[in-house]
Amino acid sequence: MSAGHVAPKSMYYMVFGALIVGTILTVAAAKVDMGPLNNIVMLAIACTKATLVILFFMHVRWSSRLTWVVAMSGFFWLLILFGIGMTDYMSRGWVPGTLR
Amino acid sequence: MSKGRAQADEYYPGPVHQPPVHIAGTHVEHTHGHHPKLQHHFDTMAQQIEASTLGMWVFLVTEIMFFGGLFMCYLVYRTASPEGFAEASHHLNVTWGAVNTIVLIVSSLTMALGVRAAQTSAPPKTQVAWIVATMALGAAFLGVKAIEYTDKFTHHLVPGPYFKWEGKHPAAAEMFYSLYFCMTGLHALHMVIGLGIMMVIGIMAWRRQFDADYYTPVEVSGLYWHFVDIVWIFLFPLLYLIGGHFTE
Repeated sequence: MSAGHVAPKSMYYMVFGALIVGTILTVAAAKVDMGPLNNIVMLAIACTKATLVILFFMHVRWSSRLTWVVAMSGFFWLLILFGIGMTDYMSRGWVPGTLR
Repeated sequence: MSKGRAQADEYYPGPVHQPPVHIAGTHVEHTHGHHPKLQHHFDTMAQQIEASTLGMWVFLVTEIMFFGGLFMCYLVYRTASPEGFAEASHHLNVTWGAVNTIVLIVSSLTMALGVRAAQTSAPPKTQVAWIVATMALGAAFLGVKAIEYTDKFTHHLVPGPYFKWEGKHPAAAEMFYSLYFCMTGLHALHMVIGLGIMMVIGIMAWRRQFDADYYTPVEVSGLYWHFVDIVWIFLFPLLYLIGGHFTE
């Protein structure tokens, strides 16, 4: 049974180090003018950090396929919320006579 | 023998009903051979922790959607007024935000090591030490949050009749601070609940409840704690770092 997997302490320290580096990079990137890229870099680092926490600290890396599917479903639904929600808000007023 | 079973026997005495055997000084609750923490509706310990972990993840999915509504709201209003949000964001203290991010990441590490201590049957003292460290860092986070909130109150940055904004986009700034208080407030509430959970887990660990065979409550509470950390990982850049801080 994989749920009982005990990861070595060194792995936790490595993931921790990566999270700290990610935080420093986020703050550093905010001080550099990259235009619209700033948001993308910021969110890319945040997503990477979240993935590290989910895979290693939350043990999903060693969990069953069913746990994988359930964990991913939350983020999948979040994308549906953002995707369809923003499709509505950004396309308002495109067709003459529609609500703006 | 469980209470329910004893009652059932009383009402429907079967043909082979036998009274429990009592031997002086050897009273044992469970005489059949399985781990005392294995609940009867599970076959194995592995199945039990698998079911609990899965259940926790289902709860966390509902939490993702709970916070997701606020993130959606943020996305809509930030798209509507990007300059206003950037202007309002500049009033937040990046240093405090970064410090709190680090504090939460360290607390996630101590939490993960606390779960590992239980997994490896470490002595209760070690398990409790990691949990207390996690709680201390959680409390530190809330302390910093209190300093920041005080600053917002004294500078009239709390949405409402006394909200004051000198910049070009007062309406967008008020919306930004509404979202700031909703999102960080809901997150802080999760931290407070997390501290309560850790208190219970700490007491259970102190009473030698956890070892390599049974550590489900630590594992599941750890999932909650890490989730709250993940929410902050997104809140920090979205609230504190937007609009570029290179202009300062």
